[in-house]
Amino acid sequence: MIEAIRSAHDVMLERDPSVVALGQDIGYFGGVFRCTDGLQEKYGEHRVIDAPIAEGGIIGVAIGLGVNGLRPVAEIQFADYIYPGFDQIVSELSRLRYRSAGEFFSPVVIRTPCGGGIRGGQTHSQSPEGIFTHISGVKTVMVSNPYDAKGLLISAIESNDPIIFFEPKRIYNGPFDGDPDKPAVSWASHPRGEVPEGYYTVPLDKAEIVQSGEDLTIITYGTIVHVAQAAAKAAGVSAEIIDVRTLMPLDIETLRESVNKTGRCMVAHEATRFCGYGAELVATVQKECFWHLEAPISRVTGWDTPYPHAFEWEYFPVQRRLVDGIRKLMEVA
Amino acid sequence: MSKQPYLHIPRPTARPGEAPDFSYLNLSPAGAVERPPIDARAGEIEYLALGLVRVLDDDHVAQGPWDPNLDKDTLVRALRLMVLTRAYDDRMQRMQRQGKITFYMQALGEEAVSIGQGLAFEDGDMMFPAYRNQGLYIMRDTGLVEMMCQCLSNSRDMCKGRQMPIFYQNAKKNLFTISGNLATQYPHAVGWAMGAAIKGEPNIAASWVGDGSTAEADFHYALTFAAVYNAPVILNVTNNQWAISTFQGFAGGDRRPFAARGLGLGMPGIRVDGNDLLAVYAATRWAADRARNQGGPTLIELVTYRGGAHSTSDDPSRYRPKDEWSSFPLGDPVDRLKQHLVKLGHWSEEEQTSLEEEMKATVSEAWKEAVSYGTLTEPPFLDVSLMFEDVFAEMPDHLARQREKLLRMRGERS
Ligand SMILES: Cc1ncc(C[n+]2csc(CCOP(=O)(O)OP(=O)(O)O)c2C)c(N)n1
Ligand SMILES: [Mg+2]
Repeated sequence: MIEAIRSAHDVMLERDPSVVALGQDIGYFGGVFRCTDGLQEKYGEHRVIDAPIAEGGIIGVAIGLGVNGLRPVAEIQFADYIYPGFDQIVSELSRLRYRSAGEFFSPVVIRTPCGGGIRGGQTHSQSPEGIFTHISGVKTVMVSNPYDAKGLLISAIESNDPIIFFEPKRIYNGPFDGDPDKPAVSWASHPRGEVPEGYYTVPLDKAEIVQSGEDLTIITYGTIVHVAQAAAKAAGVSAEIIDVRTLMPLDIETLRESVNKTGRCMVAHEATRFCGYGAELVATVQKECFWHLEAPISRVTGWDTPYPHAFEWEYFPVQRRLVDGIRKLMEVA
Repeated sequence: MSKQPYLHIPRPTARPGEAPDFSYLNLSPAGAVERPPIDARAGEIEYLALGLVRVLDDDHVAQGPWDPNLDKDTLVRALRLMVLTRAYDDRMQRMQRQGKITFYMQALGEEAVSIGQGLAFEDGDMMFPAYRNQGLYIMRDTGLVEMMCQCLSNSRDMCKGRQMPIFYQNAKKNLFTISGNLATQYPHAVGWAMGAAIKGEPNIAASWVGDGSTAEADFHYALTFAAVYNAPVILNVTNNQWAISTFQGFAGGDRRPFAARGLGLGMPGIRVDGNDLLAVYAATRWAADRARNQGGPTLIELVTYRGGAHSTSDDPSRYRPKDEWSSFPLGDPVDRLKQHLVKLGHWSEEEQTSLEEEMKATVSEAWKEAVSYGTLTEPPFLDVSLMFEDVFAEMPDHLARQREKLLRMRGERS
């Protein structure tokens, strides 16, 4: 997925001279996760910019670059470190267009690695997407595979709306099925692991049906897409699994059709539960599919605590927790 | 108008494969910088922020007005603590490589910062350290075993498994809990110091950040509040030249020293040779005495070099010359203090060798004990229900229910 993200930058830096990237360690070094490797050498220090360690500065400056007609792609090294820039996102980036009646806007993309499963403890594991989906005026994306990552990032860079683009770091180098005891696998054998060269886009308002099924619908995104697939198999059910991809705006149509068909729905994410993004999904499905539901909608999420270092796999919604959730949901007569 | 881009892009003086070049450092000779009285007016001592306070000269002799005249016992204690810090780091770095701990960060080359400064404070002074200040935890007797248990997230972990390795704390010894979020501790120190002043108490606070972290807004908030309220606080910048892959120029260090950041606010700054334990001690003591006597805050920049990788996740050979550290003109703090002691006739190479062996053995001993309390993968483990504690003073119902659910699911499986 790292190569896919690098390639999306490369394609857009090449196609559009107004695209610039900035962030900590992204230039000469190519990023701590290497998502911008070689790009400064190729496009120069004025287009791939090493930034001071000031997230509020990076985001504020990106807004200014955007107001001046550039298309900034800002990297925040870890989602856990985005908060010094929060005021710039909530009060400025998201509302420039609205408050100026459309005269000003800034098409900033903020990319940031999120999520756990790498023993990063409470400051390198957070999934804060729900904080951002709650803001009116920014779009929020979380990717789950290399093909989408590249196509969605290109769409995001081309979009005239600000976008928070989450990249689950646990799946940078390969899918993760939620069983920490198994050896890591690479993207090579995954159907969406292969990334075409050159330009293509994935739409910013369409969920993806990862697999179709009859017994229940699992709505999820990010790393848990892979965990859900493995869990459905382990539970021996025919699950329809939906990767939301763009959390805001939400593709309600795809959710409605699926749950109306299966009659059962489970929502799963890594983030904490209380007021998490899953709550929005549950409310939406409840309203859209109420008369087709055969069981209460269930949620499997991280617990409502900070992300602990020692209890990584007790905290993370691992495969077995999803299997439990599926079984309970299927037991409801 | 030219159509060429024309931003200034900071560049380090040398990249991999090039010859190290520290000509940018602007060094003063040992003993050259004047030492003002502690009640000097900020406007009259701006030179302290621009020069470089040094005591030890190239022949390892103490020079000039900043010589703190420490006695032999104190000097030997400082050396022992620095050697211990280095031995601890070395062991923990290797244990990370062997997969015993998940992560580690060394203070290699910067040991005089924590040890030299730590010696200048009173026990009641409150420390708000950064992640490379393990020396402060060591010198305030946190205990190597306790520190190792934190890194191991084992059954004795002071953080109860909640933090990654190296994020220590020690409330009893006035050492704050370390944060992974850079520079956040800086305003905390100022607030603590303001609290001491509000309560009329004599203790002062101190905090540390790296050169790169001075770009964060929290750094600037802290300076503003400290200067506005004349808070009894010492704010320190450990300028080890690098912030992961970006050199200190990306925080503006190649324009004016970090020590000068407070001058616009009327806050004195001292730029000091961070590898010269005597100078580090003397500058910190000066600032502490000033703060304790209601003279207000001081910003101290400690010029040093990050001898190792940023962390165990980093590979510095990608962005800086391999031999940069060995060319660093301020040398190695451990070696310099040792040489000074030898010069004074207090120490010998044999004593140094046996000290290093002694510290290595001390660390080995501690490691053996620490792992007997478990590792991340070997029992005894922490009780998993601890995950839900300390989110709040008292556990709300929803967390109690989540805890029950987790325990039930684990019970069903075993
Ligand atoms: C708010 C925040 N942003 C980014 C990071 C990631 N990060 C960790 S250490 C570091 C470099 C810090 O460099 P410096 O302040 O010079 O300290 P040093 O590591 O050299 O001691 C970065 C960017 C972080 N931990 N917190
Ligand atoms: Mg540094």
